[in-house]
Amino acid sequence: MSVSTAIATAFDPDGPRVLAARVTRRRASVLPGFGLSLGFTLVYLSLIVLIPLSAAFFKTAQMTWPAFVETVTTPRAIASYKLTFGASLAAAATNALFGLIVAWVLTRYPFPGRRMADALVDLPFALPTAVAGIALTGLFAPNGWFGQGLSQAGIKVAFTPLGVYVALTFIGLPFVVRTVQPVLATLPHELEEAAATLGAGAAQTFRRVVLPIVLPALLTGFALAFARAVGEYGSVIFIAGNMPMISEITPLVIITRLEQYDYQGATAISVVMLVVSFALLLLINLLQAWTRRRLGAQV
Amino acid sequence: MTTRSSPWLRRLLIALALAFLTVFLFVPLVFVFAEAFKKGYDVFATAIVDPDALSAIRLTLTAAAIAVPLNLLFGVAAAWAIAKFAFPGKSVLTTLIDLPFSVSPVIAGLIFVLVFGLQGWFGPWLKDHDLKVVFAVPGIVLATIFVTFPFVARELIPLMQAQGVEQEEAAAVLGAGGWTTFLRVTLPNIKWGLLYGVILCNARAMGEFGAVAVVSGHIRGQTNTMPLHIEILYNEYQFSAAFAVATLLALLALVTLVLKVLVERKAHGSVA
Repeated sequence: MSVSTAIATAFDPDGPRVLAARVTRRRASVLPGFGLSLGFTLVYLSLIVLIPLSAAFFKTAQMTWPAFVETVTTPRAIASYKLTFGASLAAAATNALFGLIVAWVLTRYPFPGRRMADALVDLPFALPTAVAGIALTGLFAPNGWFGQGLSQAGIKVAFTPLGVYVALTFIGLPFVVRTVQPVLATLPHELEEAAATLGAGAAQTFRRVVLPIVLPALLTGFALAFARAVGEYGSVIFIAGNMPMISEITPLVIITRLEQYDYQGATAISVVMLVVSFALLLLINLLQAWTRRRLGAQV
Repeated sequence: MTTRSSPWLRRLLIALALAFLTVFLFVPLVFVFAEAFKKGYDVFATAIVDPDALSAIRLTLTAAAIAVPLNLLFGVAAAWAIAKFAFPGKSVLTTLIDLPFSVSPVIAGLIFVLVFGLQGWFGPWLKDHDLKVVFAVPGIVLATIFVTFPFVARELIPLMQAQGVEQEEAAAVLGAGGWTTFLRVTLPNIKWGLLYGVILCNARAMGEFGAVAVVSGHIRGQTNTMPLHIEILYNEYQFSAAFAVATLLALLALVTLVLKVLVERKAHGSVA
């Protein structure tokens, strides 16, 4: 295998299996429409996604390097990165833990209402973020259903960084469940039974048998939830309180700069976020390839 | 059949899972409806038939009616090229199609301001020709297309890859033309995946907030979509009215979830 093939294989989300298929299929296809469909795909992709996105990089390229660094490292920007990435990390970690439990319960234990619970998991995908935002704010406000009890316990959620964490946990909830669920469904019960027969306790079975198989999917779900949370805006701005330096997320810093007609500054901070997002996308692709290899090896 | 874990552990895990889903999903959904009807049905109805609300509903439907068919067409074309043919750079192309998912909605709006705004690439030209894209309906449609770009393609590509090319090749060898092959062979195989992609695409198109907020300019009665209308009402402390409009979008979400379950059941049925 040449180096370039090896790299292509490593970055190909479908891995070596499809590469092999591709080699055998490289004879002329009898199917029509290749030029038309690929041509339309490339033109549409360029017009809607690539060219507009490149505008952000061209705009930023007009800045000098020191000016760029100064813009993206103002104390207000730095505080927003810390909040955005910190809260996203905490929310994704919460979702990894509870998402694994939810996926396990949904695939392993029959109980009344299981189908409804399963369908409800996708709610954050289907419910518009603004609706989620005002609902969570109302619930966690000091006079809300949850907020009342929490504020008596001295915990403030709405209009604090904790509120950002709550909104991001909501937004990221389906990712871990939906990536882990299919893996658990293919994991034969016999594996756990065998471990139990051999004298392993529940904790040991989980750690030595279940976790190694689920891990790639769990990490993929975690990364997907994190990536979504980092860019999230709609559900957060209602509950965050949006105080500069304290509860202001990076997407809001971009909007604030835009509203002050500081296009250059808004774009510079956007480029920082875009670079992080692209790095996450690459990581997610690698994790997904790993998941598939794990599954392929197991079946 | 269930695992032989202790019943207490099982009960604990079920309780934890249900508590998590109840707090984060079920209660917020119930809360939207409870708040909307808190001040009675009249307040609810007034908020819905308010002219600004109606114009927001109309704009939301318009944007979705343009964005969804375009992305459907793109999704089918992209999946046909990627799943049925071999060409270099395929995995790069697949990754690029997913790109809008990893871009913050706010940045999705910003890039269209950079291209079509007054100081943007086409700003002066548009101004000379008295055309408006940003802070007008075309900008809202473009931003909606961008954020819903991958939905149909991402559903169809793995599905069509798994189905291979044998059936289409057989049809072609038997003398069927391209469109006949697609309509009679491919489409019946992918219809449930296609429908699922369209449902998700539509839900996101009608609910998009961040990207649309940046390009809309919030002109009431003109460039306000339903989510933006909700924001304005909420910021004016008209909570009941905000939640009333929100119930429409929450209903859309519920319909989406039900359709998803039905489509999945159908898809499983046709495979089995």
